[in-house]
Formats: sequence, structure tokens, C-alpha cells
Amino acid sequence: MVSPAPAPAPASASTPAPALLRIDQARGVFQVSRQAFVDPAVMAAEYRAVFDTCWLYLGHESELAKPGDFLTRQVAGRNILFTRDGDGALHALFNTCAHRGATVSRERKGNSRSFTCFYHGWTFNSDGRLRGRPGAEHYTAEHSASGLTDLTPVPRFERYAGFCFVSFKADIVPLPEYLAGATEYLDLIAGHSESGMAIVEGAQEYSIRANWKLLAENSVDGYHAVTTHASYLDYLMNTNGGLVKVALEGRTHSLGNGHAVLEYRAPWGRPIAQWIPMFGEQGKTEMEAIYAKLLARHGEDKAKRIAFSNRNLLIFPNLVINDIMAITIRTFYPVAPNQMMVNGWALAPTEESDWARKYRLYNFLEFLGPGGFATPDDVEALEACQNGYANAGSAGWNDISKGMGKAAPSYDDELQMRLFWTRWNECLAQAGAVAGAVPVTAAAASATA
Amino acid sequence: MADTITTTRAEVEDLLFEEAALLDDWKLEEWLLLYTDDARYDVPSTDLPAGADPGKALFYIADDRMRLQQRVVRLMKKSAHAEYPRSRTRHLVSNVRLGPVQAGTQGDELSASAAFATYRTKGGHTDTFVGALHYRLRRTAQGLRICAKCCVLDMDGLRPHGRISIIL
Repeated sequence: MVSPAPAPAPASASTPAPALLRIDQARGVFQVSRQAFVDPAVMAAEYRAVFDTCWLYLGHESELAKPGDFLTRQVAGRNILFTRDGDGALHALFNTCAHRGATVSRERKGNSRSFTCFYHGWTFNSDGRLRGRPGAEHYTAEHSASGLTDLTPVPRFERYAGFCFVSFKADIVPLPEYLAGATEYLDLIAGHSESGMAIVEGAQEYSIRANWKLLAENSVDGYHAVTTHASYLDYLMNTNGGLVKVALEGRTHSLGNGHAVLEYRAPWGRPIAQWIPMFGEQGKTEMEAIYAKLLARHGEDKAKRIAFSNRNLLIFPNLVINDIMAITIRTFYPVAPNQMMVNGWALAPTEESDWARKYRLYNFLEFLGPGGFATPDDVEALEACQNGYANAGSAGWNDISKGMGKAAPSYDDELQMRLFWTRWNECLAQAGAVAGAVPVTAAAASATA
Repeated sequence: MADTITTTRAEVEDLLFEEAALLDDWKLEEWLLLYTDDARYDVPSTDLPAGADPGKALFYIADDRMRLQQRVVRLMKKSAHAEYPRSRTRHLVSNVRLGPVQAGTQGDELSASAAFATYRTKGGHTDTFVGALHYRLRRTAQGLRICAKCCVLDMDGLRPHGRISIIL
């Protein structure tokens, strides 16, 4: 597996660099320097100023359903051991032995009450505390009592509505404060189920030869569907019963702290609970039953919203939760300015029937993932952008101005990108992390509204 | 059960090699003729246990016959951007072994397995897909045909590939 190795970068050069954002509110122009996609110093700065200072998605609590369940996962280049101990408490630990540093678990997932480093045999409980070590009598009592012998916990670990996050910044604000307006949308996801949401077994793990920020943009891009996904839309139209007569329309909302959501209606089927003819008569019965339960639990307004509205949610910097023809969760990290690692999962209500689960997954794969009818074309688009940035020295600016100045930006405007980049720029500027990330002016800030 | 499918490894290899050649030549409509009208094509996610059910677990690809056909329709269009311009591919199929015959819904089906390495070259990169193929084959009026193909990848994930935009 490729591991990102964020190298420390020198502080800003003494000569001022050109800004990475160019914002002109009066002319309705918002541009991003293509250096932000190609410069290794920018990536190094991002690890320090963004990934080391934000809340980052680790996993969903359903992935560790039973006491003793564990998984290992990379988050921002770190190897994390995520465990549920015998009492049911969750722990996010650095997967590295307190003794000489070897990874104490080399499995993807499993169930174990302890982890033994095979190098010298130190054994740790699933809460990270040393359980025992060969030759314990040869250590001083002071050494054994020092706490130096436990696994190191990740500085911060919190969860919201089942979504578990870590931060490498010890004094970061509490998770709900960081999530700001995004909490409402995580609650909506949780509201799909009466018994809890769970990750479906099977992860989609892939790479894209493009800068990670291109996927942040693409995951909430309502503008590209008609052209990039022309063949997917053809497929839906050619397929008997793949669509209902619902217009693609909706809004984009700022959720604070760089987070944004697109909320819109769309003609495709939703396993909760927008029926399409392809779902058949049994599907109609299932959908009606699901909707009736939503209605009983949430009332009409919220039930309608859960059932019939699509949401593409971007939680800064790199958590995407798209509640569209199925629910996908994805995160992505740069391993180089022109390469990212992506992890994708499906999330579903635990009480879902076998029929509904089957159709959910069928719907998911139709569009989503590296083997779907749409995602491969997104991957191609992002790689085409990255290839185009070979010309960044001469043709140096991306444009994300669509919908600037509108009071109510549409789902297919580019407000969400401007929010992302504004927050990104703030992070880098606050940290003094890279030349060119300049403090945002009042005019620039209002340009994102 | 009586062994109602009489065949040889050579006949099965001929079928699998013909399939590989059609895919490498981008003769996808002709390739589809090798599949029965109830065929399946599956590529499980790489962290799933053997025998995972596409109705219960997330795969990379889980096509029934309708979607398999639409996959071909899509791939033949210029608007299938991931494969336009088309990549060059080379499907290598090896270690072919015949398994047991079992009753299927439309007649008896022969199991066969093989090892594969498929290379996809585009835009200066050659990506390799490696794994095991699990087939179910049925004798039809047109000859021996494929009613299921499951490609179990050996890789940790789709890295650096990023996509399975070709047919494996």
C-alpha cells in the first residue's frame, strides 16, 4: 500500500508569492490557481494546515458492532487501529507498538480482545493499555508504571450520529461545533432508519491520478452531470422503468466551516423511498411501507425530505456523504500532488429487507464506484484536469464563478466549491503554511455568499 | 447427478480464449453472444470473503444480463469518456480447470475456473488486474455458453487503477 509521507516544508518564502485565489466580487469572478493542484509544497502545507488541524472521518460505529471488533485504516497517512473494547467503548489508537514501533495489528479487521506485537511479544488490550510483555521482570517498577508502555491514542476521538471522527490537533473545537450546519444533514441520514444505519460489507478502495481537491469539487458538482454522465443518463432513458418524471432542481446551502450541501430532486430511483417502475410491484409495496414508517417517525415535511430529496454533502476537508440513488461515504487523501487514495462505502438501514438491500446495491453500482456507469467517467475527467495542469505555468487559473451574486444559488452553481476553497485558503493562511495562501479579505469572503 | 455436459478442457479453453480475443479487439457485441440470456458478471470488492452475495455486500460490479448488455452499449459510445479514446487491453487466461456439473434453472451448468492477468494501457499508464475467474457454462443450441463469470481480484484494492472501465 502506498503511504503518503508528508514532508515538513519550510516556512513561507521571504518574497511574496502570487495569491492562490483570485476573487473579484464586482465582476463575479472566483478563480483558483492551478499551482494548488501541482505544487509539492502546497501538499506538504495541506498535511500540516488542513489534515492535522481538522476533524477527519475514521469510520462508522456499525463497523465495530461487537465487543472486541477492530479494524485498521489509514487516516491522513497515519495507521489507525480502531477498536471496540470488552465493555463496548470505542478507541482510536495509533497502530504502532510502544516498544519499537511495529504495527501491532496487520489485519484489515477482526475480533480480538488483545493485540500482540510479533516482534518482541508486547501485548496490548483493545483499549491500548499494555497487558504484558516477555521478560517483564527485567524492567524497573518505575518503567512499568510510567504509561510509556501503552499504545498512543489519537489526540481526539468523537462521534456524531454514528459517524466517528479523529483529530490530530488536541485543542480542536468539539466535533458538533466543527460540523456546524452539517449536523442537521447527518441527523437526516440517521433518520433513514429506526434501528440504526450500518456500513454494508465491502469497501471500494481505489486511486485516482489527480489532486485530491478535484474529487472534493467533483463530489458536490451539480453542473457536470449532463455532459460527463451523458452515457449514464442515456442508460437510464434506454432502460425500461429507470426513471420517474421528476425534474432535476434544487439548492446549494452553506453549512459553515467550509461545509456545504446540495439538496435537490432527481428522476432516479431511491431505495428510501422514491419508486421507479424498474423496482416492480413488490418494490412499490416495499417503498410504501418504508415511507409510511418515515411519516410516522418524522412527520410529513421531514419524511418527504428524507424520501424524495437527494443530498450531496461535503464536510471539509474530505468527507463526502452522498444520499442519492443509494448512500455512499467516501474519503480521500493525497499521496502526491497528482495522486489520491479513495475509500468508498455504502451505508444502509439495518432493518432493510433482503429485497430492499438488493435493489439498493443494484442502484448503487449502476452509478457509483469504479465499476459503475458514472464514476469511471468522473475519474477520467479528474485525470484530464490534472493532465491539463501540465500547462499551469502558462494557463494558470481554474474558474468556479458560476452563480456568483445569486441570492439563491442552484444545486448546479458553484457556491459549494467557493466555500471549500475559501476555508482551505483560511486554513493555509492561518498556519502561515504556504506562500500564496493569503488572508481572505472581507470582499473575498462576501464573494462566496 | 448424471454428468449431462460432456466437454473437454480444450473446448472450455477455446471458449475462454475466444472471449479474451473478442474483448481485446473491442468486439463487444460479438463478445456478448458468448453469454446466455440469463447471464451474470460479477467483480466483488477486494475485502470480501469468498462466495460473497452481491445482493448483500458491496461489489465493484454486479451485472445481471440487462445491465451487462447496457454496459456494452455504453462502452461502444464516445460518451463513455473513461474508454474514449479506447484503452488497449490484453486478457491472459491460464490454469484452466473444470469443476463439477450442477443443476441450474435453465439446465445443467459446468463450473470452470482459471487464473487471469488483464493489462489495460491508456494515456501512458499500464495497469494490471490479476485474479481468479470462476465460470458457470451451459450447453446451448449455439454451443457452450457462459451463464456466469465472477472475477475475484487478488489486489488489496484498485490501486493505482482507479476504475474497472473495461470488461475483465
